[in-house]
Amino acid sequence: MRSRAPGVAVWLLVAAVVVVAYLFAPRFMSDFHSRELAEAGVFFIAIVGLNLLTGYTGQISLGHGALMAVGGYTTAALVVHEHWRDVWTIPLAGIAAGIVGFLIGLPALRLSGLYLALATFAFAIAIPSLLKKFSGLTGGSQGLRLLEDAPFQVTGLSGMVTIFGHSMTQNHFLYYLTWGLGLLGFLIAWLLVRGRLGRTFRAVRDSEVAAASVGINLAWTKTFAFAISGVYAGVAGALLAIQVEIVNPLSFTFLLSILILVGAVVGGLGSLGGMIVGALFVQYLPDLSTHVSTAEGVPDFVFGAAIIAVMLLLPTGVGGLLRRVARPLTTRLYLRP
Amino acid sequence: VILAFDWTQLAQQIVIGLASGGVWATLAVALVLIYRSTGVINFAQGEMAMFSTFIAWSLVNHGLSYWAAFLLTIAISFAGGVAVERAVIRPVERAPVLTVVIVTLGLFFVVNGAARWIWSPETRSLPNAFSTRPIDVAGVAFSISDLGTIAVSLAAVAVLWLFFRFTKLGLASRAAAVNPDASRLVGVRVTWMLALGWGLAAAMGAVSGMLTAPALASFDQNLMQPVLLYALAGAVLGGIDSALGAVVGSLLLGVLINLIGTYVNWVGTDLRLPVALAVILGVLLIRPAGLFGRPLETRV
Repeated sequence: MRSRAPGVAVWLLVAAVVVVAYLFAPRFMSDFHSRELAEAGVFFIAIVGLNLLTGYTGQISLGHGALMAVGGYTTAALVVHEHWRDVWTIPLAGIAAGIVGFLIGLPALRLSGLYLALATFAFAIAIPSLLKKFSGLTGGSQGLRLLEDAPFQVTGLSGMVTIFGHSMTQNHFLYYLTWGLGLLGFLIAWLLVRGRLGRTFRAVRDSEVAAASVGINLAWTKTFAFAISGVYAGVAGALLAIQVEIVNPLSFTFLLSILILVGAVVGGLGSLGGMIVGALFVQYLPDLSTHVSTAEGVPDFVFGAAIIAVMLLLPTGVGGLLRRVARPLTTRLYLRP
Repeated sequence: VILAFDWTQLAQQIVIGLASGGVWATLAVALVLIYRSTGVINFAQGEMAMFSTFIAWSLVNHGLSYWAAFLLTIAISFAGGVAVERAVIRPVERAPVLTVVIVTLGLFFVVNGAARWIWSPETRSLPNAFSTRPIDVAGVAFSISDLGTIAVSLAAVAVLWLFFRFTKLGLASRAAAVNPDASRLVGVRVTWMLALGWGLAAAMGAVSGMLTAPALASFDQNLMQPVLLYALAGAVLGGIDSALGAVVGSLLLGVLINLIGTYVNWVGTDLRLPVALAVILGVLLIRPAGLFGRPLETRV
């Protein structure tokens, strides 16, 4: 047991560095950059959630953008129709998307692998037209505008936000809000996967037959993974709605689902630490691609080529690379007698 | 008031449905080819077909006749498909399925971006492949273009079937898809068979794109995205691992969607895509293997 103690110290150190970085990063960042980072935080939360489902439980979802839509529209509808304060809608958005995730999880029990990918793909494609159809609640193709229709519920309307006596710009506030929830979500995900539930998830992923024969309830495990993944997607969708102050069917296209999946795979399925790289990848790469050339089509070309290049170089994502590089090192450092 | 049922209209609508189903069938067969050889859905199949269509457009613009451009484009697309497999799929052959899926999604962006880069995004059109005159069959007027589209797509599928059924190379590539290890032992070059599958899929996609474009008044780089969804629905309906299923499924879907659009007023033309998506979801939930597919079995 003695050899474990330094490991815990290292983890605490990492956690402390992360918290300090989280708290003080905005001091060294412009308003604009903290806004960009807040947008990356939305991806981060959704990607961590997808990783719980796809990376740990082995259920492929190409439809997480649709679950984000549920969260985003819950927030927007509560703010615009019911005049809730925007930040207080986040828990309810998470719960709503969690319930939808659970409901998707039920038919998903019959499907595996690529068939599940196809079904969730169809769901993601169908969502924008469904949103247009129920226009009473969703505002149709116009969508819901938080800033115009319920300005007093938007935090930071005046441009400044004051929390615990600290006054900050709205974008810095969005950064703190998004990444605060992101780190909380990360911590919860980490606690979940390192314990009994994580082992259950991985058992289902690696062999359903073996999992069932040691008494794991497959149906419960899979639907629970869908539900909890949905909660993450819902919170991410709510934060997206709060950031852009408007939701419409075009906010949640199939492209969003693709970006979340690309982020999760680039980050490395089954690794939580890699998710931050995945989030930064999908947030900044499209923007960086336009630096190559803004000629028609070139940014998309560069973006796609970068995705392919990462997959060819790191077939198991950044997380897989970290596992390969870091584990022998930590093993060498701490487990040697 | 119950009016006499218009059988002429029904026959015309069925033929129109078969024509669109035939176009989807060629792309659906391409999806099945790749599914059987590589084990994934190629999400870039539609974009590759779009790229082929733009090549055909360039050839026609340089003075070739439609049918000369048609054949030349099929050959170019075949080479392109082989090249894509060699360049980006081969390295991830042994990677997890999801990695390969992400590569095809990356290809989607690359091919779409390249097409908009090379050919500016304005709309353009291809000449009609067939005469636009109607033809009279048993007292019912059909469009020659619809009948021709059905004939060409079925002919393309038939040529492919003959290749797989009656040539040694076709036999070898079927063997490579069913049992790669045993095929390798008897001397089949399995990785080249996969490349062949990608080449043939790209060629079938090219047929699909070149039949889709002339029927439209104008088209741009998003030409094949809806077609990919219908083809996917057709392939799922027929069974994603069955080429025959993909053809039958796509034809059924084409007729079904066209008849629903014609006779069920509230569906109209707007809800055609949701109907296709509902077919995907419904089939996957009720019978994931589709009409002709083999159920997924896992050996423990």
